[in-house]
Amino acid sequence: MAVILRTDHLNKVYRLGSLARSREVRALNDVNLNIESDHPVIVSVVGESGSGKTTLAKTLLRLVEPTSGTATIYDKTIAGKGIHPPKREFLASVQPIFQNPFEAFSRYRPVDAYLQETASRVAGLGRDAATDAVIKALASVGLEYADVRGKYSNQFSGGELQRVSIARALIPNPSLIIADEPVSMIDASRRMIIINLFRALKEEARRSFLYITHDLATAYYISDFVAVMNRGAVVEFGTAREVMSDPQHEYTKLLLNSIPTTRSRWRTRPTLASA
Amino acid sequence: MIRLKNVVGSYRTSRGSINAVDDVTIDIPDGCILGVAGESGCGKSTLMKLIYGDIVPPMTLSGGSIEYGFTDERGAPVTSANITRQWFNRIAYIPQSSMNSLNPVVRVGSQFLDFPGPDRDKRRVLETVKAYIVKLGLPVETLDAYPHQLSGGMRQRVMIAMATFFQPQLILADEPTTALDVVVQKDILMLLMDVQEEMQNTIVLVSHDMGVHYQTTSRMLIMHAAKAVEYGDSESVFASPLHPYTGMLINSLPTIGDDRAREGIPGRPPSLWQSLEGCRFADRCPLATARCRAEEPAQLDHRPGQFAACHYAGETPEKRGETKWR
Repeated sequence: MAVILRTDHLNKVYRLGSLARSREVRALNDVNLNIESDHPVIVSVVGESGSGKTTLAKTLLRLVEPTSGTATIYDKTIAGKGIHPPKREFLASVQPIFQNPFEAFSRYRPVDAYLQETASRVAGLGRDAATDAVIKALASVGLEYADVRGKYSNQFSGGELQRVSIARALIPNPSLIIADEPVSMIDASRRMIIINLFRALKEEARRSFLYITHDLATAYYISDFVAVMNRGAVVEFGTAREVMSDPQHEYTKLLLNSIPTTRSRWRTRPTLASA
Repeated sequence: MIRLKNVVGSYRTSRGSINAVDDVTIDIPDGCILGVAGESGCGKSTLMKLIYGDIVPPMTLSGGSIEYGFTDERGAPVTSANITRQWFNRIAYIPQSSMNSLNPVVRVGSQFLDFPGPDRDKRRVLETVKAYIVKLGLPVETLDAYPHQLSGGMRQRVMIAMATFFQPQLILADEPTTALDVVVQKDILMLLMDVQEEMQNTIVLVSHDMGVHYQTTSRMLIMHAAKAVEYGDSESVFASPLHPYTGMLINSLPTIGDDRAREGIPGRPPSLWQSLEGCRFADRCPLATARCRAEEPAQLDHRPGQFAACHYAGETPEKRGETKWR
């Protein structure tokens, strides 16, 4: 079995304030995850703001260096003190999708330029092969190249642009895609298009996903495994079904009880006489 | 009772004029929490601005009227013409992402004193403010803090404290919890419900999360493409929605413990720039017929106090709610 994602005593400490009055924030506190599988998986990381889930994503994307510990993705150690995997090889195996697609693409540059650049620089393709890869990637997220070509980010809706950014991430054929709150900016009615796309890409294109979210319902819907984070530590980890239907940790229970469902009410509301 | 009669809100631009709120007629009973739901661009926020009376170009109230059911100091009924005089005292507005609108260089306490209250003695006002924010579950030190020193949830609580300080009869809250985590969101919604229960005022709550509406509201208004498509008691709107759009909104997101596939709502609301004929939901509706595309459905009462704008509403409501779109 391949190690899809492993973190070994991963720590990240941020220092805030001046030298004399500095304060430490443990963004990651001894995070140990181990996910092994022969098949691609979707792993959700859930928690509130400040729980360290975005720091974990940034560490795995090599955007921040951990204070101690190591991280392994698909049997390759990619993060840790003094670990420098070859950049292009790393980018071709791990790709990000960020929360706000309008911030991910410049307003002054057509979005297909980003796709072309990813194809030529990261995937190392020639011009014609690059265009073919862009067309293929866009098709796999349900978009036509002709509809995207030459357009700027403000000409798309949030959901469409997020699909373009997923297409961009797919171009170098990464084995793991790290999606940091990919649907929180998208209208509730169109969120499921993106979520179902992740599931289809896992099954058909055989990509693994690390889905970072505070939306527990969508995490339950698509993931194989769920890690619950609180104050920098993973407080509960298991298969999505286990964690969500039989939570062990108090914090997981608190999160689950705070979801506004349409099943049972937190408290009864007085019903008004009709107008 | 707040009466909206054939309210039309339009935006005038160089391309022409579009109606972002088109012919909305509803009566909002006093002392209820009214939820307004719909996708982005369906006119929810424009409706809020119209009710608040914050009507500035390019937006205009180009048709209809709003009666608020209360009178001003001279005994004249308050309408959309003079509602702006009632701002802060009788009607409060918590706009979208308002927690970011606190002045970053002024302490929270001083920002409370910016409101034109009846009392001129600042020290006395500050004492009342202190007592009030403690009641809302905020520490007293909050008043000495600058906004950046507070978390998002605290800032939103400060905004709610500011909006409700003068005990207004009507509070308009536009997506008050959108940027917040679930745990904080629950706290904020509970706070709003507590405030409403104590003051017995009316809250209009905009959210695109149907779960939030189910938890907090007693009446629901569903908007699609500038039109009010369904309005009624939350209980019956959620139990047996009349309009197919309502049912799809309720069932568009997954719930824990339910493994059925969710597809979201196909398509998107039609552009308001084109001329629209028939039902505006017809292109997205699995039940649409030729009649839907030709003839605009009227707002018809199907149950007491519950209307829907759909030709086939209420014919087989149980079937519609459950089998047709899971």
